[in-house]
Amino acid sequence: MNSITNEAPLKAEARNLSFYYGNFQALKNINMPIYEKKVTSLIGPSGCGKSTYLRCFNRMHDLYPGNRYEGAIDFHPDHTDLLSKKVDPIEVRMRISMVFQKPNPFPKSIYENVAYGLRVRGESARSVIDDKVEAALRGAALWGEVKDRLKELGANLSGGQQQRLCIARALATDPELMLFDEPTSALDPIATASIEELISELKEKVTILIVTHNMQQAARISDYTAYMYIGEMVEFGVTDQIFIKPKRKETEDYITGRFG
Amino acid sequence: MNQQELQNLRSMIVAHKRWDYLFGVLGILALMLGLMTFVALFSDMAVNGLARINVEFLTSFPSRRAANAGILSAWVGSVLVMVVTAFAAVPLGVAAGVYLEEYAPKNWVTDIIEINVSNLAGVPSIIYGLLALGLFVYTFGLGQSILTAGLTLALLILPVVIVATREAIRGIPQIIREGAYACGATTWQVVSDHIVPYASAGILTGVIIGMARAIGETAPIITVGALTFIAFLPTAPFTGEPPAGLFDWLFAPFTVMPIQMFNWTSRPEAAFLNNAAAAGFILVLMTLTMNGLAIWLRYRLRKNIKW
Amino acid sequence: MSEPSDRLKKDLTRHFKERVIEAVLFLAAFVSVFTTTAIVYILVSESWVFFQHVPLTDFLFDTQWTPLFDDAHYGIMVLLSGTITSSAVAVLVAIPLGTLIAIYLSEFAPFSVREVAKPFLELLGGIPTIIYGYFALLFLTPLLQKIYPDLPGFNLLSAGIVMGIMIIPYVASLSEDAMRAVPMALREGSYATGATRLQTALRVVVPSAISGIASAYILGISRAVGETMILAVAGGMQPNLTFNPAQPGATITSFIVQVALGDLPHGSIGYQTIFAAGLMLMLLTLVFNLIGFYMRKKYREAY
Repeated sequence: MNSITNEAPLKAEARNLSFYYGNFQALKNINMPIYEKKVTSLIGPSGCGKSTYLRCFNRMHDLYPGNRYEGAIDFHPDHTDLLSKKVDPIEVRMRISMVFQKPNPFPKSIYENVAYGLRVRGESARSVIDDKVEAALRGAALWGEVKDRLKELGANLSGGQQQRLCIARALATDPELMLFDEPTSALDPIATASIEELISELKEKVTILIVTHNMQQAARISDYTAYMYIGEMVEFGVTDQIFIKPKRKETEDYITGRFG
Repeated sequence: MNQQELQNLRSMIVAHKRWDYLFGVLGILALMLGLMTFVALFSDMAVNGLARINVEFLTSFPSRRAANAGILSAWVGSVLVMVVTAFAAVPLGVAAGVYLEEYAPKNWVTDIIEINVSNLAGVPSIIYGLLALGLFVYTFGLGQSILTAGLTLALLILPVVIVATREAIRGIPQIIREGAYACGATTWQVVSDHIVPYASAGILTGVIIGMARAIGETAPIITVGALTFIAFLPTAPFTGEPPAGLFDWLFAPFTVMPIQMFNWTSRPEAAFLNNAAAAGFILVLMTLTMNGLAIWLRYRLRKNIKW
Repeated sequence: MSEPSDRLKKDLTRHFKERVIEAVLFLAAFVSVFTTTAIVYILVSESWVFFQHVPLTDFLFDTQWTPLFDDAHYGIMVLLSGTITSSAVAVLVAIPLGTLIAIYLSEFAPFSVREVAKPFLELLGGIPTIIYGYFALLFLTPLLQKIYPDLPGFNLLSAGIVMGIMIIPYVASLSEDAMRAVPMALREGSYATGATRLQTALRVVVPSAISGIASAYILGISRAVGETMILAVAGGMQPNLTFNPAQPGATITSFIVQVALGDLPHGSIGYQTIFAAGLMLMLLTLVFNLIGFYMRKKYREAY
């Protein structure tokens, strides 16, 4: 974590990003880089817009009427603007996967849950799916626990296992960027620790953007941290710097617990 | 992801979205089929029946000659039966709904009542006709009368009223009850001063929907033995010799709108079919108005009440 | 010291009044239990007399239904075949179209379309069945005869199709309710993998709501089985042991109407046949309703 330089290649870059729920402006003119194969965490008090910001990356807001983006998210290496009206949100979501706050396994078998993204892409070759399901479950550190019960319902797993199942689902399609929306807020401390460990391993292969309400978690797992407040990006930097020597007074107040 | 992979991805998405589009079109077509049926049904009856609808049609008894026939006894019968139905179903249904929401303990008796209410909602209407024939007509000796028909339809729509009452009551937040109890009110005071008044619009919606259903019901009324040809009116309500005479109308033979229409529909002569269309047009108009009113009421309710 | 006891007395009357009111309300709620009991009692007791004259084996296995003739036969199969045939036609119309509409309204339609379509479906479901009967006999049958000239004026096909159209609102609206009850989190999970609307609808929403949808189907079937006037008007009332919808036929329900329209004396065997037929119908719908009831209960527990 300590030896990070700003020379790490960019994976994505938000430029002048604003977001509106109807007339309400939820995000104000955000500029922020996301570095490749690093973990970037978003912190801030609840309602500060960190989840809203995260959900811009896979165009989740397109599912509901009345939402509007301004600005751009430049996605590397092909420089696709994720927010452009010309870019299909489905294309964005196929490249960028997401893990949600509460585990949301489908009412299907463990196997089918992981295979879902592949099936959605029209993959039907049994051997290909078998291999990718196994790889994804291994990647999510779940294979050992479920390899003998792949036909069981995903909902039969414990909360922590369900969340790792959802991570496997998000991993199975080889995403370029993974979004985590407070993935441990519904879990107990032991399950939380295993997810955190997993995220640290995953960054070997994939870029990660994570929202967390837990500052210690951000400090433990992330390379970069952004502090947000009321829809604005207050400060972005290397995690150590943010936590040890924040440049802005507001960040310091939040970090030291004087506020929020 | 390189340009080639990106191209492949995009063409796959285009292919997938074609199915989305196709399904959307199918969905609209299916809805249009419903709409077209409605338009065909309504316009068919309008074309064939509208010419027959005039004052004479409304004020004449049925007749052997189609051109002279009217729906006087039918609509009067329908109105009187509806009066009985409303008087029986509304108090019973509201009381039952209030009991189940505000009083009922969680035990097997309550479970049995709830299972019965939801099961009765699925019993075919003709079974209610058989029930009424055996119970009201012969066991209670009420005869093939307006009273029998009204009570039969009341039993039929009782589940509708009960369910509507319960839903309306469930929409009232717990803090309202707690507020009233905190003032020292008894359960009945809470119910009569707060729950029922606040739920009244929702209950009314359910009552109207139930009545709209009752007014179009044919099978159970035929089963209890309504006549299909009636050329007289029952004694006007509350005009007979008191005290017993006041309720003579309840025991009068009768017919109702849908039965009159059924009778004309089963005649081979085209002129009678036009009468059927005319009666049907009026009947549809009545049920549409009632249901429309209920839907509008519910819509306004949803918009206005913010707890 | 007299004041507290006075207050206690007042509380007692109040308490008594409360209990009386509760008892009255309980009786009102108990009417539903009374109704069910009365239905079962009337059907069973009248059928009891019927089955003393007609052996059960004749009732179940005879292939003729001529209760009003001198040479009386009581084979319920004849009426059942009409009920099954017309219901099958209705179900073939209502289930595909109802499901299609439900998926469309729940997953595809913009808010404004749904706001208009739902009340419209409700209005369609509120039209009296006698009107649908008229429509089947005088609109759809002539229309079908243009395509298929040999179709008789009374037939189960036209009655069944219209019955299906009548049931569409029930199937669509109940299925839509079940699909809307699927938590948004599951949809988001699906969309987040890059699924399209149709993929999300068919692979996640429908399977998640399947017990609710199945219960909607079963309630639809139960309505078709119990439907009376459409068949009495457009199906023809002659008993006919057939599974060919292009023929006229009587159903359990239309037979009851036919007898009720005539002038059968109370207590005669002809009079009792309608209760035996009614018992049969009641058992049929009871089975469907119970299955539907338990399925709905199951899907409520799913999330």
